[in-house]
Amino acid sequence: MVTEATRKARPTPTPDSEVYWEGAQHGELRLQRCTACATAFFYPRSACPSCGSGDVKWFVSAGRGRLHTYVISHRAAPGFESQVPYAIAVVELDEGPRLLTNVVGVDNTPESLELDMALEVDFEPRGEQMVPVFRPATVPA
Amino acid sequence: MIIGAAESERIGTVPELSALQLHADAARRAVADAGLTMADVDGIASAGNSPIAVAHYLGITPTYVDGTMVGGCSYLLHVRHAAAAIAAGLADVVLITHGESGRSRVGAGPRYGDSSSPQGQFEAPYGTLGPPTMFPIGVLRFMKETGLTHEQLASVAVAQRRWSSQVPRAKFRELISVDDVLASPMIAYPMHLLECCVVTDGGGALVLTSADRARAVPGPQPPVFVLGTGEAAETPMVSMMEDFTSSKAFKLSSALAFAESGLAPSDVDHLMVYDAFAHLPIYGLEDLGFVGRGEAGAFVEEGHTSPGGRLPLNTNGGGLSYTHTGMYGMFLLLESVRQLRGEAPAQVPGVEVSLAQGVGGMFMAAGTVILGTPATVA
Ligand SMILES: [Zn+2]
Repeated sequence: MVTEATRKARPTPTPDSEVYWEGAQHGELRLQRCTACATAFFYPRSACPSCGSGDVKWFVSAGRGRLHTYVISHRAAPGFESQVPYAIAVVELDEGPRLLTNVVGVDNTPESLELDMALEVDFEPRGEQMVPVFRPATVPA
Repeated sequence: MIIGAAESERIGTVPELSALQLHADAARRAVADAGLTMADVDGIASAGNSPIAVAHYLGITPTYVDGTMVGGCSYLLHVRHAAAAIAAGLADVVLITHGESGRSRVGAGPRYGDSSSPQGQFEAPYGTLGPPTMFPIGVLRFMKETGLTHEQLASVAVAQRRWSSQVPRAKFRELISVDDVLASPMIAYPMHLLECCVVTDGGGALVLTSADRARAVPGPQPPVFVLGTGEAAETPMVSMMEDFTSSKAFKLSSALAFAESGLAPSDVDHLMVYDAFAHLPIYGLEDLGFVGRGEAGAFVEEGHTSPGGRLPLNTNGGGLSYTHTGMYGMFLLLESVRQLRGEAPAQVPGVEVSLAQGVGGMFMAAGTVILGTPATVA
């Protein structure tokens, strides 16, 4: 059966992002941190974008952050037809990095989506692949 | 210096020409405008179609080739590179071409990239649908941090329609109000339809040569001098920009151009800022230093960028009202040239210095070109 989730664009992992996408399958938001300069970063790369060191290690993010900015799209990308209008949002994680995501478990309206509101990670399918999304935090920040 | 400049004979909806034909049409007209023939051209630059495809189509065998392709500002980088190449003796006459079948999609190639690219992995799964859903991603943050209002953002479109109402070739010429903008369909909150660019077909081209050659063989047009240029690149993904309220690439590229020219924002008589969406001139005014932090919205709303204002901005009507083929940067340069030659449809009196600020991708890259009349180098 072709469901909406199977029609949504799905990521094709590359060697530098396999660990990230494998983490999502296990309900983990995995990020990298540089051993040399302690910078945590997203998106996955084989060297630190801050100092250039190749000594970077994976860790599991606490998955908590804040709504940094967003748009609410009134046109549907494939598979998003029943969700229009839906927010495409940037979350700033407590560990520092930001990532693009969707916000679930709350009306995607300007009134309900307040900048800097506390969010926590959840996961949604894109075909067979799970991807991180965010919902309002259950525990106050 | 720029000795030839032209748009394709027609812009807007041109389904009878492919993208490559639009390059060629504009190229022939620009070379004729310079009083030259294709045999005089030894350097070629273009984006979209490869410079080699364009050169071969025109019967040119170039010995200087620039295929820099960084989105809509590519042509501003081509000017920067051509000026340096000419100064270094690498080329005599450089032809820079743009042609894009953005509306009719004739010979235009596929639009979207692959799912293993950074965008494919980390943006597309969240329902992105091209620039309208992603370029304005920082606007709400900008509003929260600077106090920019929805009405001020809408006033960018209103001001530019005041310009395009005087421009016969503009796609849209009817005057509009802030209320009209805010009542137009929502595309991606907070952006309404009238805050998004038009989608058109069209071409444009420039011919550059050295001051020495132009002096030895004067052309039919008053020359336009390249006073300073800059380029910079920040990120392939707009979601990774360092500060959603400011473009690092705008700041870096414009600082380079101001430094090379020895000029300051207060010396600029006429400004073009790439406006795929209404927030870009707001970012541009602040990042280039024309106004202070948080002041751009009021500056536009008060009419300072409109006809009669002290900083004429996007005087062809811009991407919002004039034309936007996809990689619009060439049209910034062509309007700057027209204003400096004194032949623009909405001519501003006494333009001596014009600055064109381009963006590539979605805050991915930037190019700045400061141009001047002969009086500015006398
Ligand atoms: Zn590091």
